[in-house]
Amino acid sequence: MGSLSRDDVAHVAKLARLELTDDELDLFTSQLAAVLDHAADVEALDLADVPPTAHPYPLRNVFRDDDVRPTLDRDEVLGQAPAAEDGRFRVPPILGEEP
Amino acid sequence: MSANDIARDVRAGDRSARDVLDEHLARIDEREAEIHAFNLVMADEARARAADIDARVARGEDPGPLAGVPIALKDNFCTRGIPTTCSSKILEGWRPPYDATVVERLEAAGAVVVGKTNLDEFAMGSSTENSAFGPTRNPHDTSRVPGGSSGGSAAAVAAGFAAMSFGSDTGGSIRQPAALCGVVGVKPTYGLVSRYGLVAFASSLDQIGPFTSTVADAATSLDVIAGHDPRDTTSIPVAPPDHTKALDDGIDGLRIGVVTEFLQAEGLAPDVAARVREAADALDRAGAKVEETSVPSTIYGLSAYYLIAPAEASSNLARYDGVRYGLRVDAPTTAEMNARTRTAGFGAEVKRRIMLGTYALSAGYYDAYYGKAQRVRTLILRDFERAYESFDLLLGPTAPATAFAFGAKADPLAMYLNDVFTIPSNLAGHPAVSVPFGRGDDGLPVGVQVLAPALAEATMLRAAAALEAAAG
Repeated sequence: MGSLSRDDVAHVAKLARLELTDDELDLFTSQLAAVLDHAADVEALDLADVPPTAHPYPLRNVFRDDDVRPTLDRDEVLGQAPAAEDGRFRVPPILGEEP
Repeated sequence: MSANDIARDVRAGDRSARDVLDEHLARIDEREAEIHAFNLVMADEARARAADIDARVARGEDPGPLAGVPIALKDNFCTRGIPTTCSSKILEGWRPPYDATVVERLEAAGAVVVGKTNLDEFAMGSSTENSAFGPTRNPHDTSRVPGGSSGGSAAAVAAGFAAMSFGSDTGGSIRQPAALCGVVGVKPTYGLVSRYGLVAFASSLDQIGPFTSTVADAATSLDVIAGHDPRDTTSIPVAPPDHTKALDDGIDGLRIGVVTEFLQAEGLAPDVAARVREAADALDRAGAKVEETSVPSTIYGLSAYYLIAPAEASSNLARYDGVRYGLRVDAPTTAEMNARTRTAGFGAEVKRRIMLGTYALSAGYYDAYYGKAQRVRTLILRDFERAYESFDLLLGPTAPATAFAFGAKADPLAMYLNDVFTIPSNLAGHPAVSVPFGRGDDGLPVGVQVLAPALAEATMLRAAAALEAAAG
């Protein structure tokens, strides 16, 4: 695996919805490259025959009885939102249209 | 005074919960400005709660096994109506609409919450220097870090601000600060303690556990918080054993393996290595059969962890988008609002891990990084399984050295190396405990770590109690 480039970091930041300054890009590129270099020991292992473990023990789907139970209060939940309107979360335009 | 002693006296009516609380609040008044263990001290709520406990005792009721015990909660535990920050600006102003299951259980057992403790932002760090609200200082030497990420919880017990506290451990975040602050810290088996209401960092690794001043207190706290919770789908549906009762069993005949790879690790300080060997000797003298043993793939734990944990974090932290709670930085479109909010709200370490995880999961790199790391996880599980065919428990250091100075690990990778001995247990989902065992050459506390297979907390705490007795 080639070492991490500044463009890689800029791309990943965009995917993660983070805005970085030029200085931050330089700093994070070298810091993240160092962590990935350390991970080269893992990268070098031949593990084709080893199955992956996603979880410490096998998880199965958990069903519960289809009973009506208390839920969070809608007004209390919306009261925590930066903006709410008519019982819903309010956000700025999504597609660039005028509100 | 231990939590068990406090609860015994309060239940018997020999001391009031109010007096116990006032003693702890007095210590907070005296030293909190210097230590900064807390993001929030809840003195008024705690006084009301202590008065309630005392009233119940006066009525002849039993408030429970933690009656009147002042406790502190890491500020990534949801507490209904009380700010829960994760030491991040992005959760500014958020008051959760529900309590974590652990909080409900602790209060039902009679505990008195005195405050919410400081942490590395979203539990990402090993020094509590990554908090948006400033670092916590080690009560043993305020020029040193308390460890992290649960540094505030560890410092709160070490400074006598709380008789018991709780944290979360994803890669060592309970055990490492416990070691650096000279208290007992337990990471239970994955799934033993409900995580409902714990703000998620890396969901296949996170686990809640206690900080205490004695091993017996740790057993008591586990008996309170362990057990199945239908609200957490990863909660193990079995009845946990009685951890307190098991403590009397001693360690005669237990087979304990000292992990060779840990002793030979490059970064292990000689004074810490010496304490581990002394701990092994002490267990041997107390009746255990102690030998060195190899758990080879643990050496890959750190690399695997720093791919898996950031990958899971990048997904979990996608929820902080400025829509439903916490900070919002306004912008003309939602996408720009999301980015500006996250850019302003997250600190540098959280951004690093989100980017690392996003990269490890991204097209073209998934197999090489995340996929590989998950296979290493299988190797580590297999190696532990093999070791536990011959041994009941394993022994090693908790942290590579005693508490370090602020700023000493400014390089992220140097900071990550603190977790090298604690990470394997998280990857395996196994329990482990850090017990104070002597001091380093600098006079600061050293912790040794007892590792156990899944759900063997009771046996693990027996060995921890033997170490506690030997350490004096």
